[in-house]
Amino acid sequence: MIIVKYRFVFYSIIGVITALALGALLLWGIKPGIDFAGGVQVEIRYEGERPAAALVNEALGKLGAVEYSARPSGDAEYIIRAHDIPEGAQASLAEALSLNGEYSATVTQLTQIGPSIGAELQQKAFIALFLVIAGILAFITFAFRNVSRPVPSWIYGIIAIVALIHDVIVPVGAFAAMGHFFGVQADALFMTAILTILGFSIHDTIVVFDRVRENLRLAGDHHSHQEFEGIAGKSLNQTFVRSVNTSLTVAVSLLALYFFGPVSTQIFALTLLIGIVAGTFSSIALATPLLVTVANWLGKRSK
Amino acid sequence: MLQKRLLALVVLMVGALIGWFVYSSQSGMWRPFVLGLDLSGGTHLVYRADTSGLAGGDVRGAMEALRDTIERRVNHFGVSEPIVQTERGGLTGQGEERLIVELPGVTDTQKAIDLIGQTPVLEFKLLVVPESASSSATYVSTGLSGRYLEKAALQFAQSGSGQLSNEPLVALTFNPEGKALFAKITGENTGKELAIFLDGQVISSPVIQEAITDGNAIISGSFTPDTAKELAQNLNFGALPVPIELVSTQTIGSTLGDEALARGVSAGFWGLIFVSIFMLLWYRLPGLVATIALVLYVLAMLMVFKLIPVTLTAAGIAGLILSLGMAVDANILIFERLREELAAGKSPQDAIHTGFARAWLSIRDSNISSMITAIILFWFGTPLVKGFALVFFVGVLISMITAITASRTLLLALDFDRRHGITRFLFSSGTKFRV
Repeated sequence: MIIVKYRFVFYSIIGVITALALGALLLWGIKPGIDFAGGVQVEIRYEGERPAAALVNEALGKLGAVEYSARPSGDAEYIIRAHDIPEGAQASLAEALSLNGEYSATVTQLTQIGPSIGAELQQKAFIALFLVIAGILAFITFAFRNVSRPVPSWIYGIIAIVALIHDVIVPVGAFAAMGHFFGVQADALFMTAILTILGFSIHDTIVVFDRVRENLRLAGDHHSHQEFEGIAGKSLNQTFVRSVNTSLTVAVSLLALYFFGPVSTQIFALTLLIGIVAGTFSSIALATPLLVTVANWLGKRSK
Repeated sequence: MLQKRLLALVVLMVGALIGWFVYSSQSGMWRPFVLGLDLSGGTHLVYRADTSGLAGGDVRGAMEALRDTIERRVNHFGVSEPIVQTERGGLTGQGEERLIVELPGVTDTQKAIDLIGQTPVLEFKLLVVPESASSSATYVSTGLSGRYLEKAALQFAQSGSGQLSNEPLVALTFNPEGKALFAKITGENTGKELAIFLDGQVISSPVIQEAITDGNAIISGSFTPDTAKELAQNLNFGALPVPIELVSTQTIGSTLGDEALARGVSAGFWGLIFVSIFMLLWYRLPGLVATIALVLYVLAMLMVFKLIPVTLTAAGIAGLILSLGMAVDANILIFERLREELAAGKSPQDAIHTGFARAWLSIRDSNISSMITAIILFWFGTPLVKGFALVFFVGVLISMITAITASRTLLLALDFDRRHGITRFLFSSGTKFRV
């Protein structure tokens, strides 16, 4: 009941967070990685001493790399990104970056993606996003077709979408911030994380709405909007623990993945974590209170 | 009651069996886990095939021949379990033709690229001289190419055959289809020039004297004995029917792969521990049941990975760990219902039955949305993403099964008298929150 009673406080909290995320997104944007933009990415590991970035960049320039940058990573590595590195140079990269034998470099990973493949992946990503959202919309419309009083069924769908938008903006905004401060780039895994968050978030929201629907049915057919507030609050109480617990178990396994798992999936784990926390928060503190707000508003209108 | 206890025992034994199977087959190397490139290290190459010059549009046939040729070449390279596949780019397969070459364990990418790059492209084209003098002569593809080549050999010209004696030549022998095609082309076009293109360059352009029906052709043209022999050898490994262009490479060092695998396993282990601790603390006895069901789930997943087999990538392992958290979800749904039913005064047995029945709808709905997402991800993704999507999908399916069969059986077997305080404590959960 607390959440439903003080829903405007929660609206403000969510509003602030969403605005911050949106701001980060608009200000800094998402840097596309080579999966989407094409290009070359190389991971170099140094045994012993690691040369300064300036030296590495100089060597890259001499090799004929185009639009390149080298970022230090961890204790002994550099992540190099370039629009292009000539093929011949690619083969002798470790040698060139050993800087005349002063340092000992090995190439641990090299990826080169042609622009046409990158562009294709971008297209596919947007289509996948569209398909998932369309699928979710269809699913909600179907699942809630029988509920109509005091809030019509399509409102449930709209509110679920609103919660969904929040659940996507927050991790994407966080990702934009990470991109700005830590040079994190969006790759295919980023898209995967976003799509997974979508699937998870809708599931969470539906569980609460399911309860509301069930309680509405149990309470009979006619409800004033005050009663609806009570029903919504009760449904929230019943499902709150379950929502939080499920997210907690997922969050806990993601934490294990972040701290103990492979380096390549760390950002993936972090993005998922933020998205799932946002998703739970929106199901509890945004979606259900919004139902009450809409019900009240509809009630006032019919007076 | 005994029946239920027996059933529970059966479930536990099945679990132990699966565990033993996974362990022994891994150490005995029977159907070992298939590791993706990012865990085993290796090279991944994507080539674009230029099919524009193909006559008659037998693109599929040419792509198959391309695949076979490259695979033969790669096998000669001594790679264990290489993967050579054709693929159509574009959103729905309307785009360019591609060839994917995956070489696990091969980290000298440049060498691999060179080796593949050495495969000759052999094409036969007719020179068409136009009527008017203003436009230049063009070459028209005949459809005869390296894919019909059966064998190539070094030969030395016999004296008196119209060539310099002892000039090194490469003699080509076509396979039956090629023989027929060659006979047809030479039969219909006597008097015209049939140019032989090697790697896009005209290497020789003899005039067709008569129909050649024995399926033999000779390439002559400034060879030294060494170059002719080398060409014959290369041709014998297969000549490509279409030119190919490298568009994408990925090399992953094997140490990076090993590290990623080790860390993945460690994360999986800790993830399991964390989730189990939480479930035990919050749900107590049912939590223990959930933990056992979770272990069964992991074992079942590993067995499925072996049997299908699923190629494990770093993202796939991430998917498995993510699914650990989600697998308990079904259990949580059931336990929450269980708590409600117990609070309403039902006996543990009744509460368990009702709890499962009523939670099932929620479980089903939530898993459907996850599966839809997984299917879309599978379609959209790079091989890395596909690994995640498959693991995720299988995970959702199997978690439903283990939660409903294993958890239920184990819970039902624990028949305690509700009146004792200990039972109430063990079966209740957490603390009460009012929100």
